[in-house]
Amino acid sequence: MADKATVHITVNGQPHTSEVEPRLLLVHYLREHLGLTGTHVGCDTSQCGACTVHLDGQAVKSCTVFAVQADGSSVTTIEGIGAMGHLHPVQEGFWEMHGLQCGFCTPGMIMAAADLLNHNPNPSEEEIRHGLEGNYCRCTGYHNIVRAVQYAADKMSGKKSVGAAADD
Amino acid sequence: MYTAEFDYKKASSLQDALSLLQQHPDAKLLAGGHSLIPAMKLRLAAPSLLIDISKVPELRGVRMEGNTLIIGAATTYHELETNDLVRKAAPLLTEVIPHIGDPMVRHRGTIGGSLSHADPAADLPAAMLALGAQMKIQGRSGSRVVDADQFFQGMFSTALGEGEILTEIHIPALSGRQAYEKFPHPASRYAVVGVAVVAGPEGVRAAVTGAGEHALRLSRLEQALAGKPLNAETIAAACQNLLSAEGLNHDLVASAEYRAHLVDVLAKRALLRLV
Ligand SMILES: Cc1cc2nc3c(=O)[nH]c(=O)nc-3n(C[C@H](O)[C@H](O)[C@H](O)COP(=O)(O)OP(=O)(O)OC[C@H]3O[C@@H](n4cnc5c(N)ncnc54)[C@H](O)[C@@H]3O)c2cc1C
Ligand code: FES
Ligand code: FES
Repeated sequence: MADKATVHITVNGQPHTSEVEPRLLLVHYLREHLGLTGTHVGCDTSQCGACTVHLDGQAVKSCTVFAVQADGSSVTTIEGIGAMGHLHPVQEGFWEMHGLQCGFCTPGMIMAAADLLNHNPNPSEEEIRHGLEGNYCRCTGYHNIVRAVQYAADKMSGKKSVGAAADD
Repeated sequence: MYTAEFDYKKASSLQDALSLLQQHPDAKLLAGGHSLIPAMKLRLAAPSLLIDISKVPELRGVRMEGNTLIIGAATTYHELETNDLVRKAAPLLTEVIPHIGDPMVRHRGTIGGSLSHADPAADLPAAMLALGAQMKIQGRSGSRVVDADQFFQGMFSTALGEGEILTEIHIPALSGRQAYEKFPHPASRYAVVGVAVVAGPEGVRAAVTGAGEHALRLSRLEQALAGKPLNAETIAAACQNLLSAEGLNHDLVASAEYRAHLVDVLAKRALLRLV
């Protein structure tokens, strides 16, 4: 029987100390130990990106990281990126541009898109598509997701005023 | 999916990692985990202990020593693709790395993990061969340096022995103009075939991944271009039947014959970019 390990992980600004089995995946730690079920498990084989969270400021697939690897780190999940009434610009973009249908991929898509805009505040359409290569959506056909990210980029660079959706 | 049970230790130094490996012969090193964790979930691997080397200081970072670019094995793809020393000394890497997986994979995956894993469809092995890189390997009884040409030995098989750790990758700086052309698998995005070329003062070095059991030099191409100027005619004449289809990989996506054809096409595209 493998020994349990003690981990200290800050999630959405709140410090947690937990005893975990080494084989516990970060996504299960978030969903089952902390009850943060916004982070989804789509494929569980590192392909789909539904489980994307930020680990020390970088987008990662939380189904492919053990919780013990995140010891001493800080994690941001979809629950921590914006707040009711103060949506993150990417969240607002998905709302305004109809960037989702069933919504299953959306938390991971938003976390990946926010990471993309952190690295590249003014991406071309091609850069958005390349940057979201690790996130699969089975519903939308991606076009409105790209528009949602463009909306957020414009909003964050001050090119778009609050709530003004593009007209197409 | 849950992996089998294992113990986990974070190595604090290279010495620490080496002695843990020595004490636990069925332990495995964990770097970025982006090949090992998926394999463990599928129970293709079930090590009793994971030794996390991702934070070992001796294995991290990029520096120049004389005319050699030295990359720590546990440096992530993301760190490399955004590093100015890499861009100046080995622009081929700056070009190849964005072809690997997706941003989340590149935030975790490491150069040393990719080379040690030696997936026949991985991108970096072709770049290492074309750049004439060397691998520094550390074991209980000291270290040795192995040429990339001797490092990749088979499918998922390298010159690394029991208890050894790949510590550094040594790359001759700016050995010439460089390019990479890849035909990605339509679903996994790994290389069906990828060709890396470097044209330097001593001629062309070229290598291919995805075609065979492991990445290999395209020696027929290198010889065909030896002593010749690089232009559309010499390139078109040289990029023919570079590999025989016999013995090449084949799967649902590409037959061995198609892979052989792709090698010619991608080698030509890569070389034309250097003219
Ligand atoms: C969705 C997805 C898409 C991908 N697409 C691509 C792609 O397009 N192209 C591509 O090339 N790769 C791709 N990969 C693989 C990725 O590049 C992996 O990160 C890489 O193969 C392994 O590196 P790692 O640091 O994650 O190693 P790990 O998974 O931690 O380790 C892999 C193996 O190497 C051993 N090891 C690690 N470091 C060392 C060391 N320093 N010395 C000795 N042994 C060591 C480990 O014990 C293990 O056996 C993809 C992976 C995923 C999940
Ligand atoms: S659930 Fe993690 S990538 Fe699909
Ligand atoms: S909205 Fe349904 S999977 Fe993307």
